Amino acid sequence: MSDEYDNNKSYQAQSSEVMDGSTGSVNPDIDYVRPSEVGEQELYHPHSFIEKWVFCQDAKVIGVQYFLTAVFTGVVGLILSWLMRLQLGFPELAGFMTAEHYYQFVTMHGMIMVVYFLTALFLGGFGNYLIPLMVGARDMVFPYVNMLSFWMFFVAVAVLMASFFVPGGPTGAGWTLYPPQTILEGTPGAGMGILLMLISLSLFVIGFTMGGLNYMITILQARTRGMTLMRMPLTVWGIFTATVLAMLAFPALLVSAIMMTLDKVLQTSFFMPTILKAGEVLEYGGGSPILFQHLFWFFGHPEVYIVALPAFGIVSDLISVHARKNIFGYRMMVWAIVGIGALSFFVWAHHMYVSGMNPWFGFFFATTTLIIAVPTAMKVYNWILTLWRGNIRINVVMLWCLGFIVTFVNGGITGIFLGNVSVDVPLSDTYFVIAHFHMVMGIAPLMVIMGAVYHWFPLVAGKMLDEGLGKWHFWITFLGAYSIYFPMHYLGFIGVPRRYFEMYDSPYMTSAVGMNEFISIAAFIVGAAQFILIFNIIKTLKTGKKAEQNPWKANSLEWYTSSVPPEHGNFGDRLPVVHRWPYDFSVPGAKEDYIPQTTAPSEVIHTEVEKT
Amino acid sequence: MSEPKIDGFELKPGFKGMASDTASDQTMFKGVHWGKAMMWIFLLSDTFVFSCFLISYMKGRGSTPVEWPNPSEVFALEAFGVPVPLLLIALMTFVLITSSGTMAIAVKYGYEKNRKMCGWLLLATALGGLTFVGMQAYEWSKLIHEGVRPWENPFGAAQFGSFFFMITGFHGFHVSIGVIFLFIYTYKVFAGHYEKGKKGWFTKLKGDYVEIEILGLYWHFVDLVWVFIFAFFYLW
Repeated sequence: MSDEYDNNKSYQAQSSEVMDGSTGSVNPDIDYVRPSEVGEQELYHPHSFIEKWVFCQDAKVIGVQYFLTAVFTGVVGLILSWLMRLQLGFPELAGFMTAEHYYQFVTMHGMIMVVYFLTALFLGGFGNYLIPLMVGARDMVFPYVNMLSFWMFFVAVAVLMASFFVPGGPTGAGWTLYPPQTILEGTPGAGMGILLMLISLSLFVIGFTMGGLNYMITILQARTRGMTLMRMPLTVWGIFTATVLAMLAFPALLVSAIMMTLDKVLQTSFFMPTILKAGEVLEYGGGSPILFQHLFWFFGHPEVYIVALPAFGIVSDLISVHARKNIFGYRMMVWAIVGIGALSFFVWAHHMYVSGMNPWFGFFFATTTLIIAVPTAMKVYNWILTLWRGNIRINVVMLWCLGFIVTFVNGGITGIFLGNVSVDVPLSDTYFVIAHFHMVMGIAPLMVIMGAVYHWFPLVAGKMLDEGLGKWHFWITFLGAYSIYFPMHYLGFIGVPRRYFEMYDSPYMTSAVGMNEFISIAAFIVGAAQFILIFNIIKTLKTGKKAEQNPWKANSLEWYTSSVPPEHGNFGDRLPVVHRWPYDFSVPGAKEDYIPQTTAPSEVIHTEVEKT
Repeated sequence: MSEPKIDGFELKPGFKGMASDTASDQTMFKGVHWGKAMMWIFLLSDTFVFSCFLISYMKGRGSTPVEWPNPSEVFALEAFGVPVPLLLIALMTFVLITSSGTMAIAVKYGYEKNRKMCGWLLLATALGGLTFVGMQAYEWSKLIHEGVRPWENPFGAAQFGSFFFMITGFHGFHVSIGVIFLFIYTYKVFAGHYEKGKKGWFTKLKGDYVEIEILGLYWHFVDLVWVFIFAFFYLW
């Protein structure tokens, strides 16, 4: 294979989507794009400060609101993880912490990070900001409902945070909230704590539904002229599919939350079997705790992909832009996203191998679980093939992307271990599981978020984040995250159980104690390193270099707005018309190494390749 | 014969048409109002909510150690001194399905811009819904009077009361929300808001008769769900 072009033939700049197959003859109508089906969207422009920045209907402001609220909850989750690591690594310094506190921190850390941080950040934050811009819409299709969505989320967060301050504190049942112990006396926060948690989750689901309807209809029904589904950036595909999953999976969470609330408040026995407590029979009886587990994981597993799919989409775009190469196998990537999304509804019981369900169930769910590895691996290969012979720019964004790929492969491989029943049984409820899911759905999506923040900050704020600080941020986080989670795999293998407040004199103590100290120190450092980003943002907003219109030379529509940062209505007087996919990078013969989506075919069709 | 077109886009019939609509730009569902598409997708999501409830009910009923009460005895109503099984439910179902009919005709008159007829039919639909909720309240109070509670039940398994009150309550909540909106839209139609182009109270955007159809979608869905609840609770 050679890098030389065949000089005997003159090449024409073309993208995969532009030509009708006949090279040379120019169709006079080649630039034709059908007129608009849907008229101009009627927008309500804000009249006051409150309408502009607080109860705002502009998806971009709502996106930033979602982002900031989610980051706030994320910082709370981070501090909780510090406290947990303090107890595990240096129990003598954590004298203020009781076992109850520890369980509460574990629970709240899990729930906050999965639902209120990652889900809200990807779908509410990036979804709101990017969807209308990337598909070429003026705004979300129902701006008022979109505003309600954020405020519902805000109330959900407020209720969740309130549970820290009620008598008994927040729930300590573990983020899976398994009955019957969740609502029984003796579990921390079994009074008000769990009630507020269930209410908060229900509010979150309602709020998300309002947002999710917006994302879906905007993508399906409000694309600009020329924007077909297969010309959408993969970011939009990832967010779209994740939204579909959420719309179908959150109902199970809502239903289980309602039923558990009734078990708690009205003494019904949906999930509560007959229980003997200190020789006394409780009033409950006849319910099925396994039913809750099925409902919860029917939500819980798609939830993993609700977090992962937007990350897949975003990272594809970032890699393509910063490697100056079209994404390898775009259609395959789209179908892989859709396929993973569909499969994610048929794997939920792999979280329940040790719950005592029928072994044939385990067999079925192990099979479906391993099948998911196929489209996932396709995506990883495609990312690597996108990088292969690309004009890679090792900037901060690219570093995060590379970090993502490595971390995701790592977590994915341990997932294959855990997907098999016979391997899972001895490993379940050990630190191996903790290491697995933190790698695959904690650190990996987080790396994408970081990359996305560095990538899109110039669009949102009009200023470039500091690269130097960004590199410090990346390397500390990347190396630190591995220092935290690699040893945890080993802890899991030697059988250290998770969710234990302390190990007492168990045989684990001797071999695990040094490692636990090491992990804790790494966790403190990695956590602290995240504040570099916050510092970087504040510093940039104050003194940062002003960004040009399209600093990364990207093709997708969000960089071609009438002003930077984009204003209400996004595109000025006329909506853009799309002629190609967003991945025309380094097209042979083109003047620049990128061709924006709005460039008409006739503008590039006669450019000939110079001899190289 | 040429196929109908939307702004230069040829609408083809059947599976080919679906494929070409999906592959096209701008919209996937050609000519479908945003709000209507939204309602369909919301209803899909709501279908999952009710499915989760009903599947939980089946699981709960199947695994309870105490015997399930006999529905035709529990739900019997005494008419002229004779206990008639499912009498009240038959009436409730009849009223609700009828209100679906009036709703459908209201949509038709709405699109014909027949403001008066549309308004009256919406009002009839709202009253039908209200009657349904009223009869449901009667049924609840009758059962409560007989000692059925969410946490216990003199006829058998406690889960009977739990699931019955939860699921019919959740459905009744849907009907009530629908009734509230039916009254609001009855007012809007009689007041001629769509003709005058009056802006919405919250969204500050102009409305259209398509909103009646969207409300109708919701209403038919609520009726359809009732049919399933009816089958699962009263006939099983």
